[in-house]
Amino acid sequence: MSISAPERVWWTPVDKDEKIWVTIALIFCLVTFFMMPFYHVVGKQNTSSESYRIDPAEFEKRTELFIQQSEKVGETANGLPIVKPRGEDVYLLARQFQFEPALQLEKGKTYRFHLSSVDVQHGMSILPLNMNWMVIPEYDYIVTITPTTSGEFPIVCNEFCGAAHHAMLGMIIVK
Amino acid sequence: MALEQDMRTCSITGLKVHKPAENLIKANAVFAVVCMLLGGVLALAVALTRWPVTQRIIDSDLFYRALTGHALDMLIAWIIFFEMAGLYFGSAVLLNGRVAAPKIGWLAFILMAVGGLTINYEVVMGHATVMFTSYVPLQASPLYYLSVILFAVGALIVCCLFFATIVKARLDGTYTNPSLPLVTFGLACAAIIAVVTLAHGAIIYIPTLLWSLGIIQHIDPMTYRVIWWALGHPSQQINVCAMISCWYLLGTLTVGAKAENQKLARTAFVFYVLFINVASEHHLLVDPVISPAHKVWNTGYVMHLAVLSSMIHALKVPAGIEKALRRQGYNNGLFEWLKKAPWGNPSFSGLMLSLLIFGFMGGITGVIFGTEQVNLTAHNTWRITGHFHATVASGTTLAFMATTYYIVPIIFQREMVMKGLLKFQPWLFGIGMILMAGGQMLAGIYGIPRRHYDIFTFGGNPLTVAWDPTAMLFMTIFGVGAIIAILGGVIFVLTVVLSIIAGKKVA
Repeated sequence: MSISAPERVWWTPVDKDEKIWVTIALIFCLVTFFMMPFYHVVGKQNTSSESYRIDPAEFEKRTELFIQQSEKVGETANGLPIVKPRGEDVYLLARQFQFEPALQLEKGKTYRFHLSSVDVQHGMSILPLNMNWMVIPEYDYIVTITPTTSGEFPIVCNEFCGAAHHAMLGMIIVK
Repeated sequence: MALEQDMRTCSITGLKVHKPAENLIKANAVFAVVCMLLGGVLALAVALTRWPVTQRIIDSDLFYRALTGHALDMLIAWIIFFEMAGLYFGSAVLLNGRVAAPKIGWLAFILMAVGGLTINYEVVMGHATVMFTSYVPLQASPLYYLSVILFAVGALIVCCLFFATIVKARLDGTYTNPSLPLVTFGLACAAIIAVVTLAHGAIIYIPTLLWSLGIIQHIDPMTYRVIWWALGHPSQQINVCAMISCWYLLGTLTVGAKAENQKLARTAFVFYVLFINVASEHHLLVDPVISPAHKVWNTGYVMHLAVLSSMIHALKVPAGIEKALRRQGYNNGLFEWLKKAPWGNPSFSGLMLSLLIFGFMGGITGVIFGTEQVNLTAHNTWRITGHFHATVASGTTLAFMATTYYIVPIIFQREMVMKGLLKFQPWLFGIGMILMAGGQMLAGIYGIPRRHYDIFTFGGNPLTVAWDPTAMLFMTIFGVGAIIAILGGVIFVLTVVLSIIAGKKVA
């Protein structure tokens, strides 16, 4: 009985059936463990390892500079400037409650995204691809992205960030 | 003899029940059910807000309050109050002993009750709309953090009292075997994990309280995340250990399972203690700062040995049930034992549904979503919400509900009322949760975000998202499941309350 005292000696040999099951389970565990580093090496989609500490005000300044230096190609329906970066560095700033600026990217070109927030924690979810990263204040999180399909990709904030969290959107256009 | 006056012999199990232990179990169990009622009301508000059919039934401010409160009432209050009752049962009752210090037990209960009620008050009043995780720099009122700390201190005291009660049972000579019963052993593992977990809670909540009071100027958001998840994730492993202890307990109580060869089962419990606490970084897989090597080591190697533990229990629990039923003569063919099992007993069907949903829906998706690359497409989407609604909200909750149907006659000495209706309760709740959690996970594949008030119009933002219609189908299934599950929850709360008040007294 599992609710009363066990036999005096319970450290007894394991049944054959149980041995088979534990072996299968252990192999499964080892395979799944091996797959993570293996896929990190051979796979093309991994999480990024590059990040730097940054003062939110400094990040805001760099984003403004990035917007100035980029080519302004239009404006979104909610008044965000759409910018086309000239270099590979792209700044995307999250604040309550929008992602700025809107970006126009070239298909097949590789970009270094700088993600950070100037207030609270946000979540960046690129839809409909469903790719997700955390956007954390005080950290410049660098994610390398190469767009492979053209179209419009809205960004939804998917970490609760305050009263109008659900109205927080951004936009990436790939041409 | 004065010492014997505070003991009675249970007419069902033959165990000696210490009256102060009984009262502590009663108080904690009643509070658990009350918290489930509160959490259930909020669950209905949250589900109807997100269901496409009744979308945005309450306004956004109320929704975020309800969501914060729902998580705290269900994931913290209901589960932990029940576990406290379980710890008293597993130590004092199963060892035929006395609670080491009942007065300290009552102090702990008061701390937890005051903490829990104040949390609810602060959240409902809108002073702590920060979600369950309260990521800094989003700030709640100091009283909110203080009440979380009070609740946690109460829980920590009960864990210590649990260990002290085991020691006392030995000193008093009421329990002399060098090894604890398997259920108590599992609960001891849960209590060990709880102490480690609550230590992390103290490390992060105390500075956050001081920060909300203005004494500390700054808390690093990444440090907060790393330490908070060393609380948030392992606290779910306390639940796993407690739930599996309930599985073994229910196997014995429902069909007389013997838990033969306890070597594997006990080793698996020890693996939980050793390995599962480190797996918390799968919440941080798409965060900056932590290197992929560290993330892979933390979420991969160590967690998978904990997965091995779960797979061992996944064999031991049903195998014990099969052996017990075969001993009763259900030996024809491979599956007669399964067909003739007592499916009409809500404790048995609850146990089996708990096993199935926890393992197949919750456990497997957990391993998948905890993979570095898959997490990119799962993080903060509804896939995660679906995952933990399959594990803790279905598996653990069903196991605890099934255990309650024994706690009422053994501890409250009342028979359950409406037994005909109760037969359906685990099925309603279980099937409702399968649809609900399944709907969430499948909708999450299309990127439906968690913790979001309005994926339909985005609060009127001219930018919008054209969702795949399939996602809407799964969201609709989610709502149907949620309503069925809530109905199952209502039957549970109603029958338990009625039984305690007006159930027939057990002779």
